Amino acid sequence: MKARVTVTLKNGVLDPQGKAIEGALKSLGVEGVASVRQGKVFDIEVKAADKAAAEAILRQSAEKLLANTVIENFKVEVL
Amino acid sequence: MHAAVITFPGSNREGDVARALKLGGARVSHAWHADYELPRGTDLVVLPGGFSYGDYLRCGAIAGRAHIMDAVRKHAAGGGLVLGICNGFQILCESGLLPGILTRNAGLKFLCKMQHLKVGRTDTPFTRLYRRDQVIEVCIAHGEGNYTADAETLKRLEGEDRVAFRYCDATGDTNEAANINGSLNHIAGIYSDRRNVLGMMPHPENLIEGLTGGTDGLALFKGLAA
Repeated sequence: MKARVTVTLKNGVLDPQGKAIEGALKSLGVEGVASVRQGKVFDIEVKAADKAAAEAILRQSAEKLLANTVIENFKVEVL
Repeated sequence: MHAAVITFPGSNREGDVARALKLGGARVSHAWHADYELPRGTDLVVLPGGFSYGDYLRCGAIAGRAHIMDAVRKHAAGGGLVLGICNGFQILCESGLLPGILTRNAGLKFLCKMQHLKVGRTDTPFTRLYRRDQVIEVCIAHGEGNYTADAETLKRLEGEDRVAFRYCDATGDTNEAANINGSLNHIAGIYSDRRNVLGMMPHPENLIEGLTGGTDGLALFKGLAA
């Protein structure tokens, strides 16, 4: 089944890339952008019997590798 | 002193650090990321600089989970010495051998320049030939060297005197301008709780001969081999 893990920076963690993108959007004249935080999306094809088993695999993947929980949060979804 | 330098796909400083180790007086072996065991009789493991796995995912994230790192964790748990330089420091943080993480430089730029450091404690095998608060000049070459950790970890590192090196100016002053990459408390290198693991962003292995700019890094390698 198709699934997605989204990794985002925790609040308060400096995100210079997000800041640079925010500045670029403003310089392009895009109005209404208050702030940008950059994250990562992993689209994963999971082999699992059911949704709960798939979510367990995704959580394990995020905890073991995809996210560094010192600075990042993650969210798992079965699509 | 028998040092084992580990090469990951994308490491590029393994030759330079091996040369520095030899100049310091160590015997050097090489190990590969896919090995399961360290060379027999390894006293010191060295994780060199470079761009392991192309810095994919996060710097050091994939290398930190390579097979050989299980052997490195075992070596460290038994009190064996481990030195990680630049990408090696990032790998140590990602592997759980050191706390915290190295994030993008605050100014966003890749920094490749000479840099002054203030030496911390000198009762470790890594810094025994330096003086406390000595100012040394080595070089840095990194895009992700901004040391970050939670408040509790930082308090513990400071409380246990585990900051090995701090970014400073030529006079040893740790002013804001000298904090080149935005690291918390100017941290350029830290020790593990037992002080047998050192991770540092600057490159002491570049400063071992007068011909190539200076010798302030040599004492680290001589101290290890002493």
